Amino acid sequence: MKRAIIVTVIAGLIGLAMFLIPVDPPPEAKEQSMTKTDNIVQRQARGAYLAQVGNCMGCHTMQGGQPYAGGHSLATSIGTFVTPNITPDQETGIGRWSEDDFWRALHDGKGRNGSPLYPAFPYTEYTKITREDSNAIFAYLQSLPPIQQRNPPNRINFPFNLRPLIYVWRAFYFEQGIYQPQAAKSDEWNRGAYLVQGLGHCNACHTARNPFGASQGNILGGGQLMGSNWYAPSLTSLQEASTADWPIEDIIELLTTGLSYRAVATGPMADVVSQSLQHLTSDDARAMAVYLKSLPETDPHSRGVAPPLTEEVDKLLQRGGELYETHCQDCHGNLGQGAPGAYPALTGNRGIMLASPINAIRSILNGGYAPVTIGNPRPYGMPPFAQVLHDEEIALVLSYIRNAWGNRGTLVSAVQVDRSRKGAQ
Amino acid sequence: MRPLALILLIASLFFTCSAIAAGIPPVEVPNTMAERVKACVICHGPEDKEGRDAYYPRIAGKPEGYLFNQLRNFRDGRRHYRPMALLLEGLPDQYLRDMAAYFASLRQAFPPPEPIGSSPAEIELARRLIMRGDPVRKIPACVECHGRDLMGTAPFIPGLLGLPRIYILAQFGNWRNGGLMRGQTPDCMSEIAKQLTADEATAVAKWLAAQPVSEALLKHEGPPSALPDKLARRCSSVLQSPGL
Repeated sequence: MKRAIIVTVIAGLIGLAMFLIPVDPPPEAKEQSMTKTDNIVQRQARGAYLAQVGNCMGCHTMQGGQPYAGGHSLATSIGTFVTPNITPDQETGIGRWSEDDFWRALHDGKGRNGSPLYPAFPYTEYTKITREDSNAIFAYLQSLPPIQQRNPPNRINFPFNLRPLIYVWRAFYFEQGIYQPQAAKSDEWNRGAYLVQGLGHCNACHTARNPFGASQGNILGGGQLMGSNWYAPSLTSLQEASTADWPIEDIIELLTTGLSYRAVATGPMADVVSQSLQHLTSDDARAMAVYLKSLPETDPHSRGVAPPLTEEVDKLLQRGGELYETHCQDCHGNLGQGAPGAYPALTGNRGIMLASPINAIRSILNGGYAPVTIGNPRPYGMPPFAQVLHDEEIALVLSYIRNAWGNRGTLVSAVQVDRSRKGAQ
Repeated sequence: MRPLALILLIASLFFTCSAIAAGIPPVEVPNTMAERVKACVICHGPEDKEGRDAYYPRIAGKPEGYLFNQLRNFRDGRRHYRPMALLLEGLPDQYLRDMAAYFASLRQAFPPPEPIGSSPAEIELARRLIMRGDPVRKIPACVECHGRDLMGTAPFIPGLLGLPRIYILAQFGNWRNGGLMRGQTPDCMSEIAKQLTADEATAVAKWLAAQPVSEALLKHEGPPSALPDKLARRCSSVLQSPGL
């Protein structure tokens, strides 16, 4: 604790000293300015791409707000975080930050004043980013128009609001270090691993978190998103969203359009596709796909037992089937076959049969649109049924879908639907 | 359990594969806006509808700019209704504009006027507020913004005829309580609603709902009409919409 204070004070003094150092460039630097400008423009362009791959905007922009000006709320188990303004505004943004400050935030998870950052900022993943990439992203952010926007403070619950506790957290859960390529693997695979593990921070959602907010358990083995009713499926279980048995082209298609014959990105993943993944270069998209496909298989989250088809269950499913005919069949088809590029097939759809039905319940309750991408600027959408169907009816129709056309899954109860209706969104 | 799970998994995979192999034709999807807004029309039908949780007004034929503004306001949380915010989450302005244009272009017959009996005093009160306002309390006449025929002013201001009484009343109530729009200043309708007494709001809503209205009166095309300067300033927040 005492050490923390000393460290903070020293860091503060260093920060102050750096602030006081004159910023006029030395004369030599001015002579080189021609080539330097070219370099800077290139670096900014590269940084713009990397910032997109890392989807910095996804968190650092509030709905309808100015890009990168922050203000977006993140609900977590320890409180609500409000993302900071990372435009180069002197007062409210990161206009006074240096390349080194930025690197320290990404690589070491520390703020400009040296105090540790909450891992809601995924530095546990960003630590794998190279210095060169960090500098490029910084150059890009500094080239943005400064936006003066002071965001409200975080609302973190006691005792997690005591910053020194982050040191304890870091001792347990933070491993600092740039991504180290594996010599036995191809360059493409290593590039994919770098993007998935680092900049893409897929882990932040697709790995379960413990009560302290640390990603724990199987890497990319699936987990519920904090403070939301979304489950990010396992990328390593063949019963969930593993792509081990997919052709590479299908994986690329899903990543960059959110739509593929085999699966559709919904909810937060739809946002990731439209804000970030659709912009991947074809090389990077392929590299990510190659790495994801190679992930070793793990067990799914416990699946529960699908109901034996007793007469009683049959009756329930029949009622579900009638509801399906009335409300779903028009788009998803009489055999759950769907329409490629518009309405997902439900037969054989792993997302529908997940042990936890929360994603499917949510989709039925709230509806939503497939990701908007350059190739699909006007996607088709799913209507919300929260105001049309009762909990009991949603449970019936979903139970039916989970057990029709060869699908098998546990029955869904009205209580589960009710919980989704009332729970966090 | 695991062997069973495996068998089921394999069975389902076989089924899927066989479904594809057997050539089950995919559902045919028309490449139209009507198909794309199915998520909207489940609530917003050709007629106003009272739902379980809310009132779903018809949106066909309303001015494009008005609809676009409402879509953005819902998406961004300025106009507060969670189901709309969830549905529109992540959709870019351009797509919202396409949706607005689609609904603005729809021609659908208006419902017949509501048979509401207003007393002569109520009719007089409503007519006075609608046509002349009340300058002492800074209440402008409805016709100043919503058009002489109350059918709206392109592209941002909606018409007032063809709306049910309870919808108009609910909107007055929401404006008064600040429940409709958040953080939008200046919010002219909110100021006006706060000035009106309950009796006045009721009289206006009844009168408006009782007027006959026909499709022919709708102003779909034509140049945007200008508002008087004073009102344009007062209502500036509803008149802003980049790109329209």
